[in-house]
Amino acid sequence: MTAQQQILPLPGLAARGSENYRGDHLLVAQMVERGSKVLDVGCGEGDLLQLLEARGIDGRGIELSREGVNRCVSKGLAVVQGDADTDLVNYPDDAFDYVILSQTLQATRQPKVVLENLLRIGRRAIVSFPNFGFWKMRLQLLVGGHMPRTENLPATWYDTPNIHFCTIKDFVQLCDEINVKMERAVALDLYGRPLRLNAPWWFWNMFGEQGVFLLSRAGKGR
Amino acid sequence: MSRTSGEVWFKMVNIRSIPSPAVHTEERAREADHPSSRLALFGADQPLHLDCGIDLAPFQIAYQTYGELNPEKSNAILICHALTLDQHVANVHPLTGKPGWWESMVGAGRPLDTERYFIICANVIGGCMGSTGPASTNPATGKLWGLDFPVITIPDMVRAQAMLLDRLQIETLFCVVGGSMGGMQVLQWTVAYPARVFSALAVACSTRHTAQNIAFHELGRQAVMADPDWRGGRYFEEGTHPHRGLGVARMAAHITYLSDAALHRKFGRRMQDRELPTFSFDADFQVESYLRYQGSSFVERFDANSYLYLTRAMDYFDIAADHDGVLAEAFRDIKTRFCVVSFTSDWLFPTSEARAIVHALNASSARVSFAEIETDRGHDAFLLDVPEFFEIFRAFLHSAGVARGLAKAGE
Repeated sequence: MTAQQQILPLPGLAARGSENYRGDHLLVAQMVERGSKVLDVGCGEGDLLQLLEARGIDGRGIELSREGVNRCVSKGLAVVQGDADTDLVNYPDDAFDYVILSQTLQATRQPKVVLENLLRIGRRAIVSFPNFGFWKMRLQLLVGGHMPRTENLPATWYDTPNIHFCTIKDFVQLCDEINVKMERAVALDLYGRPLRLNAPWWFWNMFGEQGVFLLSRAGKGR
Repeated sequence: MSRTSGEVWFKMVNIRSIPSPAVHTEERAREADHPSSRLALFGADQPLHLDCGIDLAPFQIAYQTYGELNPEKSNAILICHALTLDQHVANVHPLTGKPGWWESMVGAGRPLDTERYFIICANVIGGCMGSTGPASTNPATGKLWGLDFPVITIPDMVRAQAMLLDRLQIETLFCVVGGSMGGMQVLQWTVAYPARVFSALAVACSTRHTAQNIAFHELGRQAVMADPDWRGGRYFEEGTHPHRGLGVARMAAHITYLSDAALHRKFGRRMQDRELPTFSFDADFQVESYLRYQGSSFVERFDANSYLYLTRAMDYFDIAADHDGVLAEAFRDIKTRFCVVSFTSDWLFPTSEARAIVHALNASSARVSFAEIETDRGHDAFLLDVPEFFEIFRAFLHSAGVARGLAKAGE
């Protein structure tokens, strides 16, 4: 439980105003040490990579959609077209300091394999995902009887790319199963603000709209 | 690889009547030895060490430049040309009188901005536009080289370009750019001289020629050699020219540069200047007429033997084979910034080949961007106005320029 942490203001970005960036991106960027080498898997249009590069971090990206990739490359980012499910195996061990999977885990075919690959390629992994245990989700299913749709996940069940939803609790359980160490964990509310640090896990699982985890390989003595 | 000349592209040509390019023979011979380009001469003391084991000396490299080299010599870009193109990137071609083959890409305010960069393009060794090749005079005999010219490779071409840069006293290239065979040279540059290449832009290419690629080239070579006017490669001495064979080679190759969709969109099954089939082997269909035109215009500007040599060089290209079969080994610890571009409808150098390059570069932790551009225009798309392609070109050079100190971020 000690992994649960409070978000801190991000140094160096105050002048530009952090309101230009998504809450979870700011949080992720804060978890990455300056001067490190980062792979962003599912980097979309490169917003997070731009934030990282602005902080002097050597960022690379993989993105599935051709439009996203071309948008990134035309921003001067080092991004390649690829699929997290099939292409991560082509990366060697320890190629990066951090591998980031931001809001993409739930769209992979094999989340467990992807997670294992993240921690093979990178010394650390940062994973953020929408929490399916969020109270709005639960309410919609319980009361409305419909597959939940929220502001951040507006797609209907038949056209969503998200095929493997999980709750914060589920994710923590998976990390335990595959012997992954949680170095830090943060839950964000619907507006991207972090929940109270000392709140218990059940509270996060209920009121966290998304979870952000900094992971590393568990040590031998575990 | 060709200009697909979108506007004035075809007229009626019958293959049996592909005109002999006799009128241009003299001009072509002059260009081969005394080109309308800048010339770097390398004497007997500066041989080009060829992969086949022969030291070629003396030899010459014909090249064009655009823009100015800055005092720091940090803004030089080398363009590597494709199989049947040459150094006349952005000026009127001395033989055809047509505009340069990449005028849309090179010039003031264009992605390869001549106000900002010093741009060099050299005719490849083995070519026929002024760099030493089979159409050049062999100084030892006073006769044209013909098939006595040693077989050259892509690494040989790059080695010759490196000697040219030494001559120009340029140590590091800001960028090496090229498509198709030019892209192969780009990759070879990064493998052979990684420290001399700050960034590399490889378009519609591969690290090796596939069996299908070799097969198409063999078809072209056989067409040339089957022409009785080829005369065992000594046609220039016998006053003939294998224009039919070379024309057929060009027709076959040209099909591989396009796509089914592009051909269908342009021509469909439309007839050429007639309503009904003639029940003959005349060019009834527009697509036939177009191909015949491509064949006949090509023979006016290209040497048949040179075509044999350059296609062979591409066939031999295989970077992984030179590194124990492991492509990633070739790029180990490379600092060069890469951008790899492929086109969805390119079946000659399909996206899967580009992806193999990217995987190898990733495995070497190289900084690489890779974009696949959606177009139905096939392999030749890299020579055409594809806005998305231009945008990526511009952005990659800009970000590399920021890293190189040539441009400011946000400029």
